[in-house]
Amino acid sequence: MRGFDQNGDFPLIFERSKPGRRASRPPRRDDVDVAKLLGEENLRSQPPALPEVSELDLVRHYTQLAHRQFSIDGNFYPLGSCTMKYNPKVHEDAAQLFSDLHPYQDESQVQGALELLHGLQTDLAQLTGMDEVSLQPAAGAHAELAGILIIRNYHKSRGEDEQRRIVIVPDSAHGTNPATAGMAGYEVVEVATGPDGQVDIDSYREALSPRVAAVMLTNPNTMGIFESRIDELSRLAHQVGAQLYYDGANLNAIAGRARPGDMGFDVVHLNLHKTFTTPHGGGGPGAGPVGVKSHLREFLPVPIVRKDGDGYRLDYDLENSIGRVRSFYGNFGNLVRAYAYIKTLGKEGLRDVSAKAVLNSNYMARLVEEAGYRISVDAPIMHEFIAQPPAGIKTVDIAKALLDYGVHPMTVYFPLVVREAMMIEPTETESLETLEEYAELMGKLLREAQDDPEAFREAPHSTPVRRLDEVQAARRPVLRYRPPSEG
Amino acid sequence: MSYTPHTPEDVRKALEKIGVAQIGELFEHIPAALRDPELDMSPPMDEVELLAHLRELAQKNEPASTLLGGGVRKHYIPSVVSHLAMQSEFVTSYTPYQPEVAQGILQATFEYQTMMSELTGLPVSNASMYDGATAAAEAALLAIRHTGRERVLVSQGMNPEYREVLETYLLPMGFQVGKLGLEDLTTPVAAVGGDVAAVLVQQPNFLGYIEEMEGLARAAREAGALFISVVDPLSLALLKPPGEYGADVAVGDGQSIGNPLSFGGPHFGFMVVREELIRQMPGRLVGETTDVDGRRGYVLTLQAREQHIRRARAKSNICSNHQLMAIMAGIHLSALGPKGLSEAAAASVANAHDLAGALSSAGYEVLTGKRFFNEFVVKLDENAGATSRKLTRRGTSGGIPVPREYGLGEALLLSATELTTGEEISRFVSALNDVAPSARMVAR
Repeated sequence: MRGFDQNGDFPLIFERSKPGRRASRPPRRDDVDVAKLLGEENLRSQPPALPEVSELDLVRHYTQLAHRQFSIDGNFYPLGSCTMKYNPKVHEDAAQLFSDLHPYQDESQVQGALELLHGLQTDLAQLTGMDEVSLQPAAGAHAELAGILIIRNYHKSRGEDEQRRIVIVPDSAHGTNPATAGMAGYEVVEVATGPDGQVDIDSYREALSPRVAAVMLTNPNTMGIFESRIDELSRLAHQVGAQLYYDGANLNAIAGRARPGDMGFDVVHLNLHKTFTTPHGGGGPGAGPVGVKSHLREFLPVPIVRKDGDGYRLDYDLENSIGRVRSFYGNFGNLVRAYAYIKTLGKEGLRDVSAKAVLNSNYMARLVEEAGYRISVDAPIMHEFIAQPPAGIKTVDIAKALLDYGVHPMTVYFPLVVREAMMIEPTETESLETLEEYAELMGKLLREAQDDPEAFREAPHSTPVRRLDEVQAARRPVLRYRPPSEG
Repeated sequence: MSYTPHTPEDVRKALEKIGVAQIGELFEHIPAALRDPELDMSPPMDEVELLAHLRELAQKNEPASTLLGGGVRKHYIPSVVSHLAMQSEFVTSYTPYQPEVAQGILQATFEYQTMMSELTGLPVSNASMYDGATAAAEAALLAIRHTGRERVLVSQGMNPEYREVLETYLLPMGFQVGKLGLEDLTTPVAAVGGDVAAVLVQQPNFLGYIEEMEGLARAAREAGALFISVVDPLSLALLKPPGEYGADVAVGDGQSIGNPLSFGGPHFGFMVVREELIRQMPGRLVGETTDVDGRRGYVLTLQAREQHIRRARAKSNICSNHQLMAIMAGIHLSALGPKGLSEAAAASVANAHDLAGALSSAGYEVLTGKRFFNEFVVKLDENAGATSRKLTRRGTSGGIPVPREYGLGEALLLSATELTTGEEISRFVSALNDVAPSARMVAR
């Protein structure tokens, strides 16, 4: 009774709909003459064709949809650069305690919320070695935009905006880095990655000039390697007057052990949905606090939470603020979860996070290597590493075959500079047994691929649907449901 | 407390395999001067301590009132919505890059896209944006790309916070933002210049009043500009959808359809466009396709617009969106259905009109020169900010002091929802009478 039709297609909620059926009833009023109150000419001619289902139909539908979905709670999810660690349940209870607050309530009515935000700002500044943090941005990429606009306002305040038109990013960078620079009006120059997985210093030197506004780096970088020459990279950037931007995607590797602020970074963003374990929600919401050194304070987005005596207030009065980057005060619900995480772990707990993240990653790299894969860079491994399958075997086929065993694949084909890249990030919350099973499976799949390459390329077999035709999806886009009568 | 599972034996075993004696050695390639900073943080808490600490903080807050609007409002959300949306498969999954094992998120998103298309009367919805403000800013950028023009016109009736965000996104790029000032509470219809990429108007506007969208859209179209309609999705249960009056793009914040207030976030932004604009659309899109066995399935599609493919030439840098909040809205819309949604909207409208009527009977000047939806402005004889604070101290909602830029003098923006009770209305009116009596009533 899963409601599949004859083709085995899983129904849409619209296909379970029947006119006149309904689930919830809102508080209603029988006496409302909307045409009189709103004007006949302002009313819609047809009601929207929303689903009409009973509450049990609704529950079955979304419960069955959930069963067609992998998640951290159900499956090992070693997705490199995404830090898919366990999301503690108590954080959900924490967020509930603060869900009934309106952003325009008088500050006297929301002192607890403001105190929490202030505490989080302070702790994140500590952990990153920055002087001030804004919690406003909604996600990592959004924080990048805020950070790059901060840098742009800084150069403008010094009369150098016209001259500084370039942002440097490594060729291994996340796509959001160049996209952000483009969005903020900059020309992007990529620098090469050297054989040791670090920024190639000659290429870097060559790219630097007084035309450079910012250098965006991730450290450990997207190859999973710590940029051990960071002092020099920082000195060279600052020498030409550029600002150094830290993409916090990989902070999990060094939480509590090293700080971007100490490495010379001027602006930092964090992905609270990675290191600070707010859930990913199938793609969001995340949260992306942005922190700066004192010389950039005046450019931060508003508002910032301040402590005034015993109370807390929102400060909108920043001299050269880039302005607002979104409405209200950030993704508050996620900020509560991150706050709960930091308070639970404390300093030692956070150092344990990075210790076990790096331990697990190194252990897993040995096992995956023994299973027949190549570890692509010979350098100390941090919280994640890149593996490559032997020649003739495609990463996509390994990834799809893993699905049949109930594990989520690693990140595939990223970074772009590594052929057949498999980026594996086990995270600290996984046990050695899980890592061992995974590596064993990876070995088994290599043998299957060699024994019967034809059959191997057909995986997965046991998933709710099998390989999907993405070309057809893009060539003839079907982006919403239409009832059969509408063709 | 800790969420790492390693026993001392596990650590020994892993270190041995790796070939180092201590975990510290794994960090030795980090320059010593950078390692192990002093950190001043509070000691760890166990679960009981954590919850006690958070409850103590939560007790320093007061619950929200339904009379407070200004972009988000406390609406009815059926119990079933959070139970279904917060299933751990939805909450703890990642972006659906492996579609074979992500049909739950993908299909729920496809359904959400369909519902947003139904509500707005436009064909193509993306998978979600961060919030209403950033959706409006991204829509303006879309229009600039599409038309090749560099100036947008924004109605003063668009939420002031949205206008600020729009300026943050557009001004540094050298684009211009012009303002269409309100006249008598709404945006006057006037000819649009040939250099304008888009006209952005909010319906109902920030003060709650209903704009003449048809005329405004026509003026934009005649100038070759896109018309971007900033809408409250709940209002679309009753009001004419953007597709019916010729809007090219509909954007807004989805909080009113199933997201808790949560002190302003996370909610989600939405963007729905005409077919011709698909390739300029920022953000993720879910499309239908078939698998190798011919079964229907869903994938992320048209990804060549996005940052992970197009990098510096992407349409936007957006990566993470607000998927879970959008799925929550899809569940909410399915729970209410077309009838429930319009009942909720109608009750919200009726309660707001009751509140306005009660204030008017008490002698206050309620601005009713134009029709309003579920928010409106009441004028005061005393300072609005001070009055608002006094009301708060009496334990009722303080309303929102109307920003000075609207030139309405001392005035409060008030709202009501389907959750507002008659008792709440009389309590508010009586409190207002105590702290800021109407001069007209006093004179009587």
